[in-house]
Amino acid sequence: MGRYLIRRLIQAVFVLVVISAITFFLFWATPANPALLICGKNCNAETVAQVNATYGFDKPLVVQYGQYMQGLVSPGGRTIGSEGNERNCPWPCFGESYQNGIPVWNSIKDAFPATLWLALGAAVLWLVAGVMLGLIAALRKGKFIDKLSVGLALFGVSFPTIVFGYLLLYLFIVKLNWIPFPDTANAALFSVGPVKWLQFYILPWITLALVFAALYTRITRANMIDTMNEDYIRTARAKGLDERTVVFKHGLRSALTPIVTIFGLDVGGLLGGAVITEQIFSITGLGKFSIDSVLSNDLPAIMGVVLFAAIFVVLANIVVDVLYAVIDPRVRLA
Amino acid sequence: MTLGVSETQSPDEGLPTDALVETAEAKEIEGRSPGEIAWARLRKDKVAIISAIVILLIIAVALFAPLIVKLNGFPPDQFNKVDANGNPLLNTRDGGIPIGGLWGSGTSSEHWLGIEPQNGRDIFSRLVYGTRVSLLVALGGTVIAVVLGTVIGMVSGYFGGWVDTLLSRLMDIMLSFPSLLFVMALTPVVASRAQDLFGMPDNNTLRMGVLMFVLGFFGWAYLARIVRGQTLSLREREFVEAARSLGAGPNYVLFRQILPNMLPTLLVYTTLLLPTNITAEAALSFLGVGIKEPTSSWGRMISDASAWIESNPLYLFFPGMALFITVLAFNLLGDSVRDALDPRAGRS
Repeated sequence: MGRYLIRRLIQAVFVLVVISAITFFLFWATPANPALLICGKNCNAETVAQVNATYGFDKPLVVQYGQYMQGLVSPGGRTIGSEGNERNCPWPCFGESYQNGIPVWNSIKDAFPATLWLALGAAVLWLVAGVMLGLIAALRKGKFIDKLSVGLALFGVSFPTIVFGYLLLYLFIVKLNWIPFPDTANAALFSVGPVKWLQFYILPWITLALVFAALYTRITRANMIDTMNEDYIRTARAKGLDERTVVFKHGLRSALTPIVTIFGLDVGGLLGGAVITEQIFSITGLGKFSIDSVLSNDLPAIMGVVLFAAIFVVLANIVVDVLYAVIDPRVRLA
Repeated sequence: MTLGVSETQSPDEGLPTDALVETAEAKEIEGRSPGEIAWARLRKDKVAIISAIVILLIIAVALFAPLIVKLNGFPPDQFNKVDANGNPLLNTRDGGIPIGGLWGSGTSSEHWLGIEPQNGRDIFSRLVYGTRVSLLVALGGTVIAVVLGTVIGMVSGYFGGWVDTLLSRLMDIMLSFPSLLFVMALTPVVASRAQDLFGMPDNNTLRMGVLMFVLGFFGWAYLARIVRGQTLSLREREFVEAARSLGAGPNYVLFRQILPNMLPTLLVYTTLLLPTNITAEAALSFLGVGIKEPTSSWGRMISDASAWIESNPLYLFFPGMALFITVLAFNLLGDSVRDALDPRAGRS
């Protein structure tokens, strides 16, 4: 187990290095000269040269990449800025925004809690809803409730987030007036209290959870139907166990194993920001931060948020594989 | 009549002529190919038929967009601030909200789905032209993804060894990318690259090409994994061994022996990838990195309409419903095709 973990971690680092390299060269090799982008309207050869020196654009791309990675790896961070105006960018250094000079890491740290709340709340919602619906559908296969769940699941999978999100926003905020318009101040649980916080997050949670809940309903139903046809379930029934024990202890446990995998990966993917949901409900999380950076061509910010998101995806992969082995005794990690 | 035919269905109940020809052939060779059986099954599936009709209608709208708009009489980019009699259509004092119509949307016998606030462009015409953009981009992205995924998956599975290791790692890495985030970040970069490469201005033709490329580039890895797995098992089959022992080269085996056996998988995957890409295109245009003004796309319309959700909710409703119905129809058809091709896999 220990050796397996170490091997996976080394692999993960390798994957992250590849992703960072690809991202860096794709973004920094753009013909749109970043120096021109920064100095804006009053640009002349002198200011361009100055900007180039300040940000280090005059060095070869490989050197720039090396410096960038140094800021992420070395515990002291790295030095940025031109000669005479050097400053330390503490670890982990993702550079400074071209737009406002704020260190990218600070922006990421500020935006992350909102994304975290959004992702975790939605995850609880879709896991509970999806597994319950799927379970009920599987146990009542062919009955009305099964057909209803299958229909709902198909409906949910096909409902684009943009459409569903605005539908909820219109219905509950504009039309029924049950919930006030989203105010970013209410995203902080500890300063505004749970009621306002819940009001702020409830619609985004439902919006984000819908597609996942639909997928999980389908997966749980299919797995549960397969599992309940296994021989060991018949054995469990034959030896006189009550149905509840058979369904929950013998059936569900095995049917849920694949769900754990997908759940880990889905949550890991969302921690990098749920762009559309955040955009619809004006949540200032990582998704909003990333789209704003993209629209303003803020390369260090884009690069930072993409790498940050990739870290979660890669870590989620490892966590899932380890959990899989813990839950399913047939899997042995080697 | 042979047993194989009568078991599944009787062929002489009001079938279209081409189907009769098919079944007649089937009788001659005593039995039907899996494809024919699946086709027969699909034709009995009411959901599949209805979704197929809806999809054909949507494709027709996309193809004949200029004709349909001529019928309506308002080009998608025309500002309609006054009607034929010179009466204003927009309330200038109220921020440009349409006058009259259902729920302040400006619907009338001329403007069937109302007009945009502020500019007064006809929403029906924009929706019709938006269908074109959405379908074209999704189709392009899907074709690129399927071709890339099939070729890379087959090569990886067939040759094995270091080629397989390399390509499999590549698939892993592609699947580890935070995909929407990356697509979103990359679209402007690719657009400016393409601009330089082809010497084109950053217009919407270029944008559509870029969107297709980006969607295709980030969509192939999942399919490649499936194709690789199937190739691994197919290459051990007797008919492949027979072909190889007769001296067939890898090209022949891959494209003549293995690819035809993979067509059902590819068909299902393509029908399910299309709606994903339609949604993705809408999402990107909604976020402002996809199609830009003045070309209309559903995502762009939803983004524009979101500012008017309080005063003119129908403006948001129409493109939203167009998107929903299209995606639903493709998903339903995809499910039905899968069920028809693989009777054991239930509708899960």
